[in-house]
Amino acid sequence: MLARLSEGKPQSISRLTRGTELTRQAVTKHLRVLEGAGVVRSVRSGRESLFALEPLRIAEVRDYLDQVSRQWDDALARLKAHVED
Amino acid sequence: MTDRIEKTIELKAPVSRVWRALTDHREFGSWFRVRLDGPFVPGQVSRGRITYPGCEHYRWEAVVQKMEPERLFSFTWHPYAIDQSQDYSGEAPTLVEFTLEKTATGTLLRVVESGFDKIPAKRRDEAFRMNETGWGMQMQNIERHVQQAAA
Repeated sequence: MLARLSEGKPQSISRLTRGTELTRQAVTKHLRVLEGAGVVRSVRSGRESLFALEPLRIAEVRDYLDQVSRQWDDALARLKAHVED
Repeated sequence: MTDRIEKTIELKAPVSRVWRALTDHREFGSWFRVRLDGPFVPGQVSRGRITYPGCEHYRWEAVVQKMEPERLFSFTWHPYAIDQSQDYSGEAPTLVEFTLEKTATGTLLRVVESGFDKIPAKRRDEAFRMNETGWGMQMQNIERHVQQAAA
């Protein structure tokens, strides 16, 4: 299901159910769990809900940059020790 | 402001010394923890292997951009693009720029890494996970370095 969602376009429950052995109810339940975990998000389109993968959250991007930032701090500390020897 | 990382550090060493530590590939490798195959040449790919204990199978690959003596050294690379089974050539790289400035006591070094907004979210996520283990190893490196200095 995540593989289908990773195609990028929001998709309806019926579309996501098609070609699987799961019932519509089972797929809906699964999607709601994923939504609760912040992996997917749903948007309303007329009478149905469309589901899409949640983009990387801003906090995660910040975490990533923090990590890279710390690596630079370490590398520069080693450079400092290297040239000041 | 999630596109760039900017660092400045005051080094008690002349600009010429810092320039050599940045651009001589052996010196660069000793503090950056990478064994490079050859010297840095503007416009050319720099290849090598990471030398962190336990990470020797990781690759280093960058394209040297500018080398303006004792002033600017820059390269582009794919941060953490070390999975040899994947092709990263279609992805936008980040740009790393080292700028040197003479001060009364030595050298002011500025490092800017920019272009993070163009990295696909999937890769940022992957890099983040890999970095969590990398960080632990960095700590060990520092500890070892400090112990050697104290001994």
